[in-house]
Amino acid sequence: MKSATTYRLLFLWLTIALAASCLLSVSLGSVSIPLKSTLGILLGDVTNESWSYIIWNYRIPKTLTAMLVGSGLALSGLLMQTLFRNPLAGPFVLGISSGASLGAALLIMGSSAFAGITTFGLVNDVSVAIAASMGSFLVLLSVMTVAAKVKDTMALLIIGLMFGSITAAIVSVLSYFSNAEQLQQFVFWSFGSVGNLSWRQLLLLFGIVLLGVLLSVHTVKALNALLLGENYAKSLGVNLKKARYVIILATGLLAGGITAFAGPIAFVGLAVPHLARQLFDTTDHKILVPAVLLYGSILMLLCDTVAQVPNDTSVLPINAITSILGAPVVIWLLVRKRKMIF
Amino acid sequence: MLLKEQPLERYKASDLASAISMVLTEPVAAKNMTVVELVALGRHPYTNWMGTLTAVDRTAISNALSVLELEELKQKKCYELSDGQLQRVLIARALAQDTMVMLLDEPTTHLDLYHKVKILKLLKSIAHKANKAVLFTSHEIEMTLQLCDKLLVLNGQDSAFGTPQELIAQGQFEKLFPADTVSFDPTSRGFRIEK
Repeated sequence: MKSATTYRLLFLWLTIALAASCLLSVSLGSVSIPLKSTLGILLGDVTNESWSYIIWNYRIPKTLTAMLVGSGLALSGLLMQTLFRNPLAGPFVLGISSGASLGAALLIMGSSAFAGITTFGLVNDVSVAIAASMGSFLVLLSVMTVAAKVKDTMALLIIGLMFGSITAAIVSVLSYFSNAEQLQQFVFWSFGSVGNLSWRQLLLLFGIVLLGVLLSVHTVKALNALLLGENYAKSLGVNLKKARYVIILATGLLAGGITAFAGPIAFVGLAVPHLARQLFDTTDHKILVPAVLLYGSILMLLCDTVAQVPNDTSVLPINAITSILGAPVVIWLLVRKRKMIF
Repeated sequence: MLLKEQPLERYKASDLASAISMVLTEPVAAKNMTVVELVALGRHPYTNWMGTLTAVDRTAISNALSVLELEELKQKKCYELSDGQLQRVLIARALAQDTMVMLLDEPTTHLDLYHKVKILKLLKSIAHKANKAVLFTSHEIEMTLQLCDKLLVLNGQDSAFGTPQELIAQGQFEKLFPADTVSFDPTSRGFRIEK
């Protein structure tokens, strides 16, 4: 544990880093806009209309989406790691993201597999979001039902992985029977992207993430007690059942909602809580929750900047970038500490 | 079960937490916690929704740390501690919870003789000085006979409760194990292995 001043200083640094990465993300893109003009447009300059249109309707929504996605996924990872008291837990490992994929796949490609049932339904972004959220909740609830029976958290993680495999298998079957256009739509969704959200969708995503964050903040005391184990938490007066459901609801909203809008984005949820613990050297969720929110935003903005090849029209799939950067980070952490002390 | 003439089921979880504290055998999940952070968690029943520590809470924490002689280890991480030290930290947490009853599940397992005695003596002084009911389970009959005020001998249907003297006089300990393997010697208050 460090002193309150150290924490304040660290938070100040992180905020500065966040501001810098925001600016970096806004100023880089397929059209080259000088930094000076970018700043001018942000401050209300409208001399160059097309540049101003790009900044306000493309780059700022993208930056905001990246921040929401990064912070929300990081927080959901932290919640999962504390709930299962396992350093390997995260939205991906427990099959939540696979559940979202299943929901999206059923909606996009299910029309050919179950001809007539979903064909009349409008396949737009909002319905994909709803389907993906429902898919992630479904998997999360299944994992929880099993969790009530299986006391061993390691077994539970493996069960989560198995749920992931099952959903992946169903997705493969669906892709096999779907036509090229639907397949393409699904594959593009599964690449992950933070750049395709309209202001209206962004607002919806913001609402979902905000709700998830509020639920997590509300349950911060129970999260700290859970660090001792469930029986200790109970003896400290924590309403275990309620705390569990609130944490799961928050995770489902965060991971499900984000995956729905931005596609499955790997490793942010697993890696950021560890990076934040490394930096802040505490287990107190009062510090960790804001820390992972900031850290997740910064990391996601940087990944998005890397994905956005400067001055070129091509954008790399963000999911690949987070994996390429995230997996070595986790390996490095493991090798350095030899074991993941939670 | 009754607590202060009230059935336990009628207590709210939060009220029960300020009446009974526990030390369990299950390992602490987050080994990366510092000693003082872990002890501070004992104040949960009294803090606000965010868990902010008040001056009263801080006094209770530092008091618990000093009673269990943990001031030097305050900033150590749990994974750096020995089993005996960790057990003291867990007892300090229960003490910081400031309850009238403290329940401990086999607080002396995995410890060597010196640390066993040390823990039990600490528990005795907590019970007497802080005026608490300290109840713990143990397999160390000889040690509890020397240190405890009252014992409950669990022996199937035939269980007995009383002071060590009463129980020895009743011959409760002779019945505990098959006499051809271990026998009880009332004068030395100890068990002897039969050759």
